[in-house]
Amino acid sequence: MTDEIKKKVEDKIIGLVKEYAGKKRFKPIDLVKEMERDFAAEGLTKDDIKGVLKDIMDEGKLVYGYAGGSFLTLPDEN
Amino acid sequence: MGKKHQTPLLDELKKGKWISFVREMERAAEKSPRTEDLLGQVEESYRDKITHWKHGGMAGVKSYGAGMVGRFSDSPEKYPGVKECHSMRINQTSGFFYNSDVLRKIAGIAEKYAGGLLNLHGATGDIQILGVTQAEAEDAFQAYAELGFDLGGGGSDLRTPSCCVGPARCEFSNYDTLKICYDLTREYQDELHRPSFNYKFKLKFSGCSNDCVASASRSDLAFIGTWKDNIKINQEEVKNYVKKFDVQKYVLDKCPTKCMWFEGDKLVIDDSNCVKCHHCINEMPKALKSGDEKGLSILIGAKAPLVTGPRMGMMLVPFYDVNEDSKNDYEQLKGLISNIWEFWDEYGVSRERIGELIARVGLVTFLEGVGLEPIPEMVNTPRTNPFIKFEDEDAAQ
Ligand code: HEM
Ligand code: SF4
Ligand code: SF4
Repeated sequence: MTDEIKKKVEDKIIGLVKEYAGKKRFKPIDLVKEMERDFAAEGLTKDDIKGVLKDIMDEGKLVYGYAGGSFLTLPDEN
Repeated sequence: MGKKHQTPLLDELKKGKWISFVREMERAAEKSPRTEDLLGQVEESYRDKITHWKHGGMAGVKSYGAGMVGRFSDSPEKYPGVKECHSMRINQTSGFFYNSDVLRKIAGIAEKYAGGLLNLHGATGDIQILGVTQAEAEDAFQAYAELGFDLGGGGSDLRTPSCCVGPARCEFSNYDTLKICYDLTREYQDELHRPSFNYKFKLKFSGCSNDCVASASRSDLAFIGTWKDNIKINQEEVKNYVKKFDVQKYVLDKCPTKCMWFEGDKLVIDDSNCVKCHHCINEMPKALKSGDEKGLSILIGAKAPLVTGPRMGMMLVPFYDVNEDSKNDYEQLKGLISNIWEFWDEYGVSRERIGELIARVGLVTFLEGVGLEPIPEMVNTPRTNPFIKFEDEDAAQ
């Protein structure tokens, strides 16, 4: 996976969470599946996408929330 | 010093000769205003018969999506000490072995950063530290990390794997429960700390079918020690037991498949009908021992009631040669687990446990999905369903 594609995936994940903030809670697995479909042409695997998500979380760009199940959310929503 | 909150209902729970969690909380409350308020709020819950914790909310440490359970009071003006009262889960050691020095340090950190209350061990197996605030969470976590501990699971992820004491203390153990529990915990660090499942997933390891970690009733994958060959009989010791108690009544008559009998004073077992329930070995441990070809059975789908009712685990793999596979870094088992997770990712819905998914799509669909052949042992309640469907080629025979 090139840095350029990685950036695209990252932007798309964070963009979706931002766009739907307060309206929809994204489960990590749903976003991973969605990205898998969206970036199928680029040949990305589920593990690739999980790797991108891992970096997003480690850098604190998104954080985990919990309400009956785990979801992704923006860090300033605390 | 007088009590901050009057707790007449909790006081009832101090009566009698037993250990009382109320008494222990009061002792912790002497040093912790937080725990003082906790007592007040718990009293209210007993009175109102509802919880006073709000549901949900954020609590955690950096980049971990699991390991802390958020608890917020619904009456923070009344009980400011428990405005936040999160639980921090610390991954326990395999088989719960600690030395006293480590235990004191674990407790010391809980006193410094939380309400001085520990839960050894929660139902998941973890050590739980009660009464952590978000502001102190990172420091508490770092202190535990320096001691060599890590957070456990929580949320929609792999929950902290747990095991019985196994060969470390128990002669019944058929495999090294501690080793596989430790090895798989290390292998699945991402799955443990970064929730990416539909819901929780538990792995529990018991060395024999006494199942001391209750894996068959509460873990999505239960690993229960068993053997393939015959039970080893020491006839001299059988005779000693016969002198001591009614072996016919308490052992033979209670064998679930009635596969044991006496020929003269010699005990005979029809091992082909033995279901490895362990009852006879428990009753006469000096006379009977499990066989030499040891391994484990894998059950799938157990859960406690929550979204839907409780389920017991169903036999998935009657005999898995764990000793052989551990030499290859559990390649075979990891392949199976990965197929199961893939199938669950693909077809499971939010908050659906694997057992519920199998019930919804049907066992045959599930087996095709994970690449296993159906076998008779998978029939959950044998001899109760008269409807048997044969494939054409079977029917022709
Ligand atoms: C035209 C009439 C009927 C049709 C087409 C029909 C069809 C079916 C089918 C497709 C199944 C599922 C078989 C499987 O599990 O693979 C089934 C199961 C069953 N049927 Fe019928 N059936 C008919 C009449 C009846 C009648 C009249 C009775 C009882 C008086 C009956 C009792 C049952 C029972 C007890 C089951 C088993 C349910 C279970 O899985 O435990 N059926 N039937
Ligand atoms: S499950 Fe079996 S092996 Fe493990 S501690 Fe209990 S009796 Fe011993
Ligand atoms: S292990 Fe259970 S089924 Fe097997 S012989 Fe003993 S009592 Fe019977």
